[in-house]
Amino acid sequence: MQTQETYNDHVVRLFLLASVVWGLIGMSVGVFIAAELYWPNIDLNFPALTFSRLRPDHTFGVIFAFGGSALMGTCFYVVQRTGHVRLAYSKLAEFVFWGWQLSCVLSMLTMPFGLTQGKEYAEPEWWIDILIAIVWVAFAVVFFATLARRRIRHIYVANWYYGAFIIAVGMMHVVNNLALPVAMTRSVPIYSGVVDAMVQWWYGHNAVAFILTAGFLGMMYYFVPRQAQRPLWSYRFSIINFWALISVYMWAGAHHLMYTALPDWVQSVGMAFSLILVMPSWGSSANGLLTFNGVWHKLKDDAAAKFMVLSLIFYGAATMEGSIMAVKTVNTLSHYTEWTVAHVHSGSLGWVAMITIGSLYAMAPRVLGQEIHSKKAMEAHFWLHLCGTLIYVIAMWSAGIIQGLMWREIDADGSLVYSFLASFETIKPFFALRWFGGCLVLTGMVLMAWNLWHTASRARRETLEPIPVPTSDPVYGEVETQASPN
Amino acid sequence: MSSRYKYFEAIEKHAWLLGILTAIFLSFGGLAEVLPLFVAANKVEAPEDVEPYDPLRLAGFETYVQNGCYVCHSQMIRHLGFETARYGQHSTAEESVYDRPMQWGSKRTGPDLARVGGKYTDEWHREHLKDPRSVVPSSNMPRYNWLEDKDIDAKRLQGSMRAMQRLGAPYTDEDIEQAAKAVEGKTQMDALIAYLQGLGIKNTPKSNPKAKEVPAS
Repeated sequence: MQTQETYNDHVVRLFLLASVVWGLIGMSVGVFIAAELYWPNIDLNFPALTFSRLRPDHTFGVIFAFGGSALMGTCFYVVQRTGHVRLAYSKLAEFVFWGWQLSCVLSMLTMPFGLTQGKEYAEPEWWIDILIAIVWVAFAVVFFATLARRRIRHIYVANWYYGAFIIAVGMMHVVNNLALPVAMTRSVPIYSGVVDAMVQWWYGHNAVAFILTAGFLGMMYYFVPRQAQRPLWSYRFSIINFWALISVYMWAGAHHLMYTALPDWVQSVGMAFSLILVMPSWGSSANGLLTFNGVWHKLKDDAAAKFMVLSLIFYGAATMEGSIMAVKTVNTLSHYTEWTVAHVHSGSLGWVAMITIGSLYAMAPRVLGQEIHSKKAMEAHFWLHLCGTLIYVIAMWSAGIIQGLMWREIDADGSLVYSFLASFETIKPFFALRWFGGCLVLTGMVLMAWNLWHTASRARRETLEPIPVPTSDPVYGEVETQASPN
Repeated sequence: MSSRYKYFEAIEKHAWLLGILTAIFLSFGGLAEVLPLFVAANKVEAPEDVEPYDPLRLAGFETYVQNGCYVCHSQMIRHLGFETARYGQHSTAEESVYDRPMQWGSKRTGPDLARVGGKYTDEWHREHLKDPRSVVPSSNMPRYNWLEDKDIDAKRLQGSMRAMQRLGAPYTDEDIEQAAKAVEGKTQMDALIAYLQGLGIKNTPKSNPKAKEVPAS
């Protein structure tokens, strides 16, 4: 007699906890450095608290620690549910968790003390990069081995996106971080100057593409139909968008280097592909939104669904904005300004954070076997997050456009009208507004942490039962039967 | 469902096929854009009259990188009229050929620094780095006065030079040996100022004198 196979939700719960903790840390650092930009002396003249040293802690903290943990956790959750199989290699999965947390802790503790490669979004030094690469390979092994053991023959589309995220990020991480180590505190990259710039933005842009987009689309393609309790609007459309997205995105990185010393043809190719990118981006956004057709009433009392719908709207808006900013003419205005910051945050607070929060609220009751502790707190979180994001983004848009226009203002005799300082002084008030928006978002996160903590503590009291895998009746069915995940 | 669908169905049902195809589709963009640059990079060699960083300026470069100055300052003047009017002639690929990593930056919370060399005195830089608001009252730049207490790690600097030598920078073994002496008694503040004062001057070919004209900002 075989013992009943159960889902490995233990490691999922660990990642759930980690992502909430890192979300709080990463966003707290964000709020603090936003305050530094307005009140520069609050760094107390302590080197590690200096804006320029702390800023990588914010970006790494939210992208890799918060986003990464959320992606790994949901990935492990989804690959089990859509394949009707327990996660492969439980021990290795545990290693992925602890290895990733160690990588994050080491990065966060070293960067403010000057241990940095100085490559944007890839700041951790070479020895941490090696650890990250090892953990990433282990992550890939667990994911693909689980996929190989699945009982459902058809591979559900969410896994396609997760798979692309794993393959692409592994590739980019290795290529971008190749360097000759000199000491624990210094390494010399093998690329220099213009090649380094292209590699850096091929990496930087595709970190956005494959962590902040493909990974979270995987999350979206599972949790949106699940929460709407409807099949995906069009399964085929999701697959067309998949191939379009992964083949087009990799070309677009050059739009970060318009009118620079990068060869002109690369800039033009980057711009062209950035424009094409609107199609698969809007495709996924529409597919997710249309899945709610017929069940829009759920938005009235389901905060998780609200987060998801808003995230899809922000995703559509931010990707359209990104393509517009990649147009060379627009880029002359937007580049180097706060508009870039606005764009990043409409994507990260609007799309990434909202789909993650929605998915966490959707997943938590299932892995904890408990209803969410407080529905009111969820509702409050939604409004805090939405208002905070809007205040942040509108403040930075305004600042960026004002700044960009002042920089290019030339009077009749061809001389510049405004000094750099004048442009800075004009936009400074927006920095305070941005900080306030950030505070609202952070308050919402605190509310979520409190809410999930209480949900989890109730679950611990009433001992958690592992959820059995439905193994009795293997399904080798048609595509259509799998179009809605369960 | 059409009969052609069955070919595609194979991808949907075989994880290895899906994985391999994904990797192939992912590679096109990177290969098409980055590979030609590698080839072209061999052509982007520093002109003969530009030398790699001397030890003190290299130490300054490392200080610049380690303190994340690139987060707020770009070093890339774009090929646009209003940019060159403010900062001087547009940046060229040759100028950053010894920068590992490049410091082009992506955001200007403060102004571009590609041609800041010689624009202010050493003393101004020292005061400004120690307390930016003593010179520019409305500035939001952090204070870096503590750089005056930080020594330069000569061993590590020599290690960097050796690594750069291996990657093609024309340092002689003698250069590397003498580096320790060159930075003796200097602080990271001294090094950073030396680095800033060389920007747009020492990394710019002499055959390009236009680059050195500093317009009033």
